[in-house]
Parts: sequence; structure tokens; C-alpha cells
Amino acid sequence: MKIVGKVWKFGNDVDTDAIIPARYLNTIDPVELAAHCMEDADPAFASSVRPGDIIAAGKNFGCGSSREHAPIAIKAAGVSCVIAHSFARIFYRNAFNMGLPILECPEAAEGIIAGDELEIDLDEGIIVNRTRNTTYRAQAIPPFMQKLIEAGGLIEYVRGQMPRE
Amino acid sequence: MPKTISEKILADHADKPAVVPDELVEVKVDFALGNDITAPISIEAFRRAGARRVFDPERIGLVPDHFVPNKDIASAAHALMLRDFAREHKLPYYFEVGRMGIEHALLPEQGLVLPGDVVIGADSHTCTYGALGAFATGVGSTDLAAAMITGRVWFKVPHSMKFVFKGKRRPWVGGKDLILYTIGRIGVDGARYKAMEFTGEVIESLPVSDRLSMCNMAIEAGAKVGIIAPDAITEEYVKSRAKRPYKFYRSDPDAVYEASHEWDISELEPVVALPHSPENVKQVTEIPETPIDQVVIGSCTNGRLEDLRMAAQVLKGKKVAQGIRCIIIPATQAIYMEALKEGLIQTFIEAEAAVSTPTCGPCLGGHMGILAAGESAVATTNRNFVGRMGHVESKVYLSNPAVAAASAVLGRIGHPGEVVGS
Repeated sequence: MKIVGKVWKFGNDVDTDAIIPARYLNTIDPVELAAHCMEDADPAFASSVRPGDIIAAGKNFGCGSSREHAPIAIKAAGVSCVIAHSFARIFYRNAFNMGLPILECPEAAEGIIAGDELEIDLDEGIIVNRTRNTTYRAQAIPPFMQKLIEAGGLIEYVRGQMPRE
Repeated sequence: MPKTISEKILADHADKPAVVPDELVEVKVDFALGNDITAPISIEAFRRAGARRVFDPERIGLVPDHFVPNKDIASAAHALMLRDFAREHKLPYYFEVGRMGIEHALLPEQGLVLPGDVVIGADSHTCTYGALGAFATGVGSTDLAAAMITGRVWFKVPHSMKFVFKGKRRPWVGGKDLILYTIGRIGVDGARYKAMEFTGEVIESLPVSDRLSMCNMAIEAGAKVGIIAPDAITEEYVKSRAKRPYKFYRSDPDAVYEASHEWDISELEPVVALPHSPENVKQVTEIPETPIDQVVIGSCTNGRLEDLRMAAQVLKGKKVAQGIRCIIIPATQAIYMEALKEGLIQTFIEAEAAVSTPTCGPCLGGHMGILAAGESAVATTNRNFVGRMGHVESKVYLSNPAVAAASAVLGRIGHPGEVVGS
């Protein structure tokens, strides 16, 4: 699967309160959540992000709460992929369960600048920075996670395992 | 081969003789938990999967605690989803307002999470139960939905890190100070994906309530679990509460750790995590004069009876400073009742603090004490991220209950010794 998009850049330790503040957790509607995505980190993000855009960030992206509203908001905002130096563990699980593509790549997280245009080959984990003519290779997605993606997410994976009644 | 407590619990729950770090395992879940923010997504996923029944009604807990008593119409609709689901599936461990408490105070209190368990919860502070020697960790709503259907969950076996605390605690230094100190030393991703194992003479004499505060904040260092080997103190806490049999595990003396830290904490004063990160830790004696607007004493980190006793010891016969709001939230109904019997609630009200029914409320900026732009709070909660307790330009300082109570009296961040003498 190929992705092309423009980069929004964030720093280290982007927490789930920055991704979707708790004051908006009285809804589980993806569209409403997307309207407040990254609000406390960059108030212009939700209104300016375009479908296909990419988030790049530093270490420990998605730290803090277990709220699945975070990857839901990012995905519903139209973001096609998150690249980070590293991810917090609950966010990492949630992103796969939600079908939000994420890539761990310290070099890319370092070298990419806001506004750069990227082309990403998700199957190969290759990130091409078209603006700067650089190429990065992200960490391969573990085989078990690939199985989840192939099934279409965790719920679909579980449905495949449930006994027929 | 020698094993850590985490590896032993996971191996037993995977029906394997042994597991090694980085191995992917599917394990049996002893208890699964959701709240009024996370469980609605789980319930939708449960239905989308076509599931008809939960794997075991006795092993699922639904605790409306974040936005209850319902703060608005949208939150009321979510709380109703939990209530309906609990009724439909005859879940005995759904806790209604009036019988509830903050999930991570309530479930240990009720003997529903026990030593040797594997517990998952759609709440990041599920790691609290490691204090009883359980392998307990936070997951997302979809993971919870899958576990409610299958009774199983997959994990990557974490590497373990050992934290040895030596020396003797100074007055007013508790579990909250030990965990904030630890996060200050290793950073908010210092234990990312790891099992943090707390041990040493300080831990061996630490009461269960302080152990719960410590393991509660393992997530703030990025950890998968925080865990303490169960002992006589654990047994004393658990034996009268347990709803099921339980099992004590211990790490082998020569178990392999990815990293080991050994700290003598004899000189440590109570600490405070300054805005806007739990790793931004200073001893309270080092902080320049910092005026505040609000104090919150409560939460899954520090809303237990021992925490309220500590706050009352500071507030007894004193008044909250003019212009300061002090909000005190017993974490469960049982704690509230006991605090009432012991006269703690009277002490708080005489000090002109506000006492609330159990709720997570202000900790996550939900309700019951939201900050305006430019305001600051000292809170016994667990996170001080930007906007955590309200406006994006407000600030939260994290501390133990004694420091929070002293700060309420002083109107600025202060040491309990300044208020009660040493």
C-alpha cells in the first residue's frame, strides 16, 4: 500500500491529552473527535489537515492514557500514517487495532521537516522524502501485527476465531 | 532458567513451562475492566464482532467513574450503555453511583484483582494492581472487547527492570514520592514496554496503599506493568477480601534484568512534579515560592484512606488559605464511610475544604474542579500534561497528599513540616 502526503511535525512525548483532550471524551463519534484532534498542541491542525497528510513526531508518541479515541481522532482527521522515533505501548496496540498505519523510524523522525512531502510504501516500510530526496527504512511490522492488519483489525481477527453457533 | 515474577505469571497463564522476553504469547485473563469513557467503544466493538455472550460474567468489571455522577447529557448516555450492557449480560461487578469508587481503588478493595492474576483494563492505570503481585496492564477499548469475548489477550513478554530502594523513608515521604523520584530519574519513556519491579528494604516495609500509588504510576514511565512481589503485608490485605483463590509469585534471585537501579532514599524529601511532565521532579524544599489556586486530594493514585489520614493530619485545626479551593475526593464509598467514622471528613470541612463523592473528575479535566487560564493546582493525581485539569494555559503540580494539604493551608507549594512542625 502506497501513501503520499504532507507532513505535520510534532515533538517528543506527545501525550493522549494533546491528541484528544479529555474534555471531548463524552463522545465516541470519530467525526466529532477529529474536529478536536491535536487541539492543545496545535489549534490550527484539525481545521487545516488534509486527507492523506502524515504526522511525524519524536520519541514516545501517544504516551499517557489508554483512550482509543486518540488513534480514532487521528484516523478520522484524515491522517494516513504516523511516523515517530518511538511509540508508547498502549497507543501502539490501539493504532493496529484501529487500522491506523504507524511506523517507527528514528532517522525519519529526525530528518523530516513540517511541510515535506512523503511517499510511503507500507508493505516495505520505505519512506521517501520527495521534498529533500532522502529515503528511510522503518522498522518492519512484526508478523503478528501483520496478521491483525490482514484480518482488518482485532475485532475481525477475533470474529474469525469465534465458534459458529 | 531463572525467571522474573512477570515471566512466571505470563508462562502459567499461557500454559507454557516458561516464556522469554520479546516472545509473543496469548494468555488467559483473570479479570477485565472498563469504565464510562472506554467501555462504550468496547461495547460497540463487542456487538460489531457479532458476540452474544461474555466469556465469564464474574470476571468482567464495569465501573462508571470518570464522568459520573453524569456531568452532562452525552456522558449520561455513555453511563447508560454500561448499565444496559451489565444488565443484558448479568454482570455482578457493575458498580452504580452510590456503590462505586474509582476503579483502581475499588477493585483491590473488593478483592476482585489478586496476587498472581493477569488483569487487563481499558484504562492506563490498570498497572496499579501490580502492587498486589498481579501482572496488570492497560489496553485500548478494542483489546478489552476481544478479551470480554474470548477471555484471552496477546502480549509481547516484557523485559524487566529492577528498582531497589534502600535506606529509611524520611517523615512525609510515601509511595508517591518514591515513584515520582523514579520517573524523575529515568524519564517518561525510561521504562517504555518494560516491567518495572520494585524491591528492596523500603518496599518490603511499605504499606499496601503506598505500593498501589507506586505501581499506579508505572505507566508514567512508559511501563507495561509495575510489580511488587507479594509478601506478608500483601497477604494481610488480601486474605479477608479475596473473591477467588490467588497465588504468590516471586522472581528468582538470579533472574535476568535488562537494567537495575539501586537508590538510597534516606535523604529524600517529599517531591513535586512540575508542569508539564511527571518527569519534571524536584524536592519540595528546592522549589521557589509558587502560589497556587486549587488543591485536589484524591484519584486512583492517592484517594485511599491512608492518603486521607495523611491530609487530615496536616489540615487538623487549620484553615485552607483565603482564595484557595481545596477539593478532597475519597476514592470509594467504603473509604468515604471510614473517613467519616474516623472524623477525617469533619476535619476537612472544618478546614473549609470541599468533599466530593468518588469520581475521577478533575484529574483528567472532566468535572468537579476545572482550572481557568492562568490558574495552578497542586494535585495528588498522576498527570500534569498541558491542559490536563482544564485550560491549556493552566498548570498542575503533582505531589503526595501531605504536601497537597500543606500547600492548601499555605496558599503556595510547601512542605508539611511548615504546617505541623517536624
